[in-house]
Amino acid sequence: MGNKQTIFTDEQLDAYQDCTFFTRKEILRLHGRYHELAPHLVPMDYTNEPDCKVPLALIVNMPELKENPFRNRIVESFSEDGMGNLSFNEFVDMFSVLSEMAPRELKAIYAFKIYDFNVDNYLCKEDLEKTLNKLTKEELTPEEVELVCEKTIEEADLDGDHKLSFADFENMISRAPDFLSTFHIRI
Amino acid sequence: MPPKRKNDAIIQAEDVGMEVDATLDSGSEDEARRRSKNRRAKAQRKKKQVSDDEDDEEDEDEAPRKRGRRKRTKPQDSDQDDEEDKRRVRQKGAKASRRKAANEERDEESEEDQGKRKKGGRAASKQEKEDQNKEKKGNVKGKDETNKGSEKDKKKKNGKQSSSPVSSSEDESDEESMSEGEIAALKEQVEEKKKLIATLRNKPWRMQRRLVLLKEAQEFVEKFEGALGKGRGKKLYAFKVMMTKKLIKFNRDFENFKTACIPWERKIKEVESHFGSSVASYFIFLRWMYGLNLILFGFMFGLVVLPEVLMGLPYGSIPRKTVPRSEQDTAMDFSVLFDFGGYCKYSILFYGYYNNERTIGVLKFRLPLSYLLTGVGIFGYSLMVVIRTMARNANEGGDGGDEGEFTFSWKMFTSWDYLIGNPETADNKYASITTSFKESIVDEKENQKDENIHLRRFLRILANIMILCCLGGSGYLIYFVVKRSQDFAKMDPASLTWFQKNEVEFVMSLLGLVCPPLFETIAELEDYHPRIALKWQLGRIFALFLGNLYTFLFALFDEVNAKLETEQELKNATEWAIHEYNANYSSYYNTTDVPPLVVNPADAVRGPCWETAVGIEFVKLIVSDMQVTFLTILIGDFGRAITVRFLNYCWCWDLEAGIPSYAEFDISGNVLGLIFNQGMIWMGAFYAPGLVGLNVLRLLTSMYFQCWAVMACNVPHERVFKASRSNNFYMGLLLLVLFLSLLPVVYTIMTLPPSFDCGPFSGQDRMYDVVMETITQDLPAFMGTIFTYATNPGLIMPAVLLMVLAIYYLNTVSKGYQQANLDLKKKMKMARDEEKNRRNNKDSTNQVMKDLEDLLPNKSLIPPPTEEELPHDIIIEKGSRSTKMKPGSAGKGVNLQKEVSLAAPNPRRPVAHPPRARGGPPGHLRGPLPGPGRGRGRGAPPRT
Repeated sequence: MGNKQTIFTDEQLDAYQDCTFFTRKEILRLHGRYHELAPHLVPMDYTNEPDCKVPLALIVNMPELKENPFRNRIVESFSEDGMGNLSFNEFVDMFSVLSEMAPRELKAIYAFKIYDFNVDNYLCKEDLEKTLNKLTKEELTPEEVELVCEKTIEEADLDGDHKLSFADFENMISRAPDFLSTFHIRI
Repeated sequence: MPPKRKNDAIIQAEDVGMEVDATLDSGSEDEARRRSKNRRAKAQRKKKQVSDDEDDEEDEDEAPRKRGRRKRTKPQDSDQDDEEDKRRVRQKGAKASRRKAANEERDEESEEDQGKRKKGGRAASKQEKEDQNKEKKGNVKGKDETNKGSEKDKKKKNGKQSSSPVSSSEDESDEESMSEGEIAALKEQVEEKKKLIATLRNKPWRMQRRLVLLKEAQEFVEKFEGALGKGRGKKLYAFKVMMTKKLIKFNRDFENFKTACIPWERKIKEVESHFGSSVASYFIFLRWMYGLNLILFGFMFGLVVLPEVLMGLPYGSIPRKTVPRSEQDTAMDFSVLFDFGGYCKYSILFYGYYNNERTIGVLKFRLPLSYLLTGVGIFGYSLMVVIRTMARNANEGGDGGDEGEFTFSWKMFTSWDYLIGNPETADNKYASITTSFKESIVDEKENQKDENIHLRRFLRILANIMILCCLGGSGYLIYFVVKRSQDFAKMDPASLTWFQKNEVEFVMSLLGLVCPPLFETIAELEDYHPRIALKWQLGRIFALFLGNLYTFLFALFDEVNAKLETEQELKNATEWAIHEYNANYSSYYNTTDVPPLVVNPADAVRGPCWETAVGIEFVKLIVSDMQVTFLTILIGDFGRAITVRFLNYCWCWDLEAGIPSYAEFDISGNVLGLIFNQGMIWMGAFYAPGLVGLNVLRLLTSMYFQCWAVMACNVPHERVFKASRSNNFYMGLLLLVLFLSLLPVVYTIMTLPPSFDCGPFSGQDRMYDVVMETITQDLPAFMGTIFTYATNPGLIMPAVLLMVLAIYYLNTVSKGYQQANLDLKKKMKMARDEEKNRRNNKDSTNQVMKDLEDLLPNKSLIPPPTEEELPHDIIIEKGSRSTKMKPGSAGKGVNLQKEVSLAAPNPRRPVAHPPRARGGPPGHLRGPLPGPGRGRGRGAPPRT
């Protein structure tokens, strides 16, 4: 315990616990994982909030994310610069949102961001195609992809603008039975 | 300066109110970033601002307050940003005048600030700014000005990380001058801040911002909480605040402790990442079950077993706690112990061991009462827990009522399991997602295809008949075996073979092993969709298990009744013998003072004690089930895996990819097994208090063993079993089983007389007499009277009636809600359809128009004579229609326009005239000239 305490001050830990869904132990473990990613970059002492970021390439190689077809998007959506470089705050944020305790509304917001490949706040056909191709490893024919995207938009698009706004997306995802059980990562 | 440009873009697009917000937002963000002393690259800043703006649009509930706060942050932002601001002013020369004015005002201030800062010391400038802020309050719209002032102070402190004495003294003066209303407002604000702290984790903001906001809110609360209570209430308030703080801290520590106590988190995570969430759901269910059983065990052990061990009579003191002389030779044999005979039978594990003494030990612990209440309480607690879990699950899962509505969307956005962390599983998942998409596409393309419906119907009926035969057969088999085992029980145990002794358990386990695959094979005939097939399969296995269990129970009841008869005979015989002994003794010694008959407890005559027999049956069932499960895993999974793995080197085909392959984890079978075992535990726990402890051990080993087995020798599912909301489905089954296992126990408690010489209720007429006895003897008299009144039929009938009425009322209310829900859904659907229709109509009208247009030139090109007539007809027809439609909506106006443009190419003006004369809009007629008019009509969508 003694040497663990020096990573964060108690206030920091309390603040993190207020801002995330993690317990004290989990935050320390997260820091361990974060440190593991880039031992030469990340200091062990976080009491004075050092400014360091771990690049995308290292983060997506975590076993939790490695097999995820959307890993790059996940990391990018949570990074402040949009390039996928995560500071420890953003790193904690990411796993907090993806944790089991996070409410559906919060998860929906970030899911929307993740599936929004071209960052225009709409899921347009292009985004859907990318999503589908990532999901199926591009095994569907272009016609099939076209059909599925058409159908998806037809199903979920409420305002008829041929793309899914967040309202459409939320309405759809709030009724999905599997969303909560699948959209979480245990760290 | 990319960020500023971004701001400009937003500002130009929106009106003044929003404008101020947007700039200020970026300002406060700037401040936040400065505080974290990270000056980041410009490109990054732009990104962040984009996202922050998004965020701001999203959280509208917070908006007003934040707006206010942002406004307050304005001054120091501008003085810090003043150089940038100046540049900005230069940049946006050509801006809306209102915007400019606002900006200039601010820039002036910031320039002033700057000047002051240069001139005077820090504190002085602070003072100045204070004044300025006071002045500025006029601009800021708000109610509680003092509040804002003080908050501003705080902001400033936050911003500059300095606590100048001047400002703090001012704060105090502020506080002193607060009126009642202000205090109320401040209180409200503090409450709001507290709420913000509590819900901060649910906000979709960047962590940095959250941390900053948290700090601000906390400081604010800390600062003003103390100032709130005045005079009398101050101390109390301070105490309350302190206690809340302590409570929060304690809660957090407790929370931390609780999560640290949840076992097997890593193990489950490992399984999860290999097999996806569906297999893990079984292990989570197992863990949940373990927790439940642990609590049940706590009750049973703490309230029944432990008191008896500590305070009851020791082993060998009375007949029920002693192995009879005839059995003593073999009582320690392993084979006997393994069948729960010998010392096991006369141990703490079973009902018969417990004494019927009303109170035991120095504590006067009422063991019989405790036994009964614990036995019933276990059911009550389990019911409560299961129902509570079900309710929570129901809240969590989406309503999912309209399954067909979002097939593709759900597949698209929720089919990937984020838990997967194993390449093989990921590949399987990709494959299964692709297949499911293809299936859906096929479904979509040909919704209804039925070839030879008669054949399929026939096959389905045939399959159901076969399965019913199987179920009936298995039920009869069990009944037959149990009957036979009763005959065996009457015979000499030594002459029986092992098989004959364990026939019942063996047959039941065998049926459980053989029937499900058999059902699956038969279900092939039916050719259902896999999801429906799975439901049928689960239902059938459930029916099988249930049928078997109940047949077993009925057979057991027969046995119990037989035992009761023999017991009665024995009792009469014993009583007669004692009577004889007394009579003989008194006649022989000629005295009425008969000393009690002293018999060695091992030699005493004893009844069959049906309760212990029932308990033993259940324990044996559980144990044999455990053996079968473990053996199946060991042989079926592990043996198979080893064979496949090592024989593959010298085999003629690929075993791993080919026929035997590795086993998959059978989720539904395992879950159902778990549920039924739990049912048996519930049923048996009353007659064998040790059963719960045994079950805890079983679940513990099963957790480790199955975790190991699944990781070592199973492969991920090829067709990943979609366990959508199955959690509640399983819970529902569990509830049903709980209810069904409650019935026989309650029936026996209420109707059957307990054995006369064993167990805590011996000597009573019925088991529940213990409760009556306690009420009449130990409780004060008025309680007894109350109880008599309460059990009066005159009172019970109205109570039941009332309950029925309440149920009826609640039912009606829920129906009403359902109806309302349905209506809302319908409304939403209608709105959506309307939207769609409008869109489609646009298309369709366009299409019709296009067709018409295409029609026109083609015909006009080919035969010249018809060219004259056709347009003529069309025009007249259309014209007449258009006049009819004219007063209609805008869409019809489009038609008119189109028609006009159609009419235009016609050279004969007079023919086109009538529609105009009858009121066609002349502008449209005039406007489009032949060439461009047609082009426009075709190209532009109708104006609505």
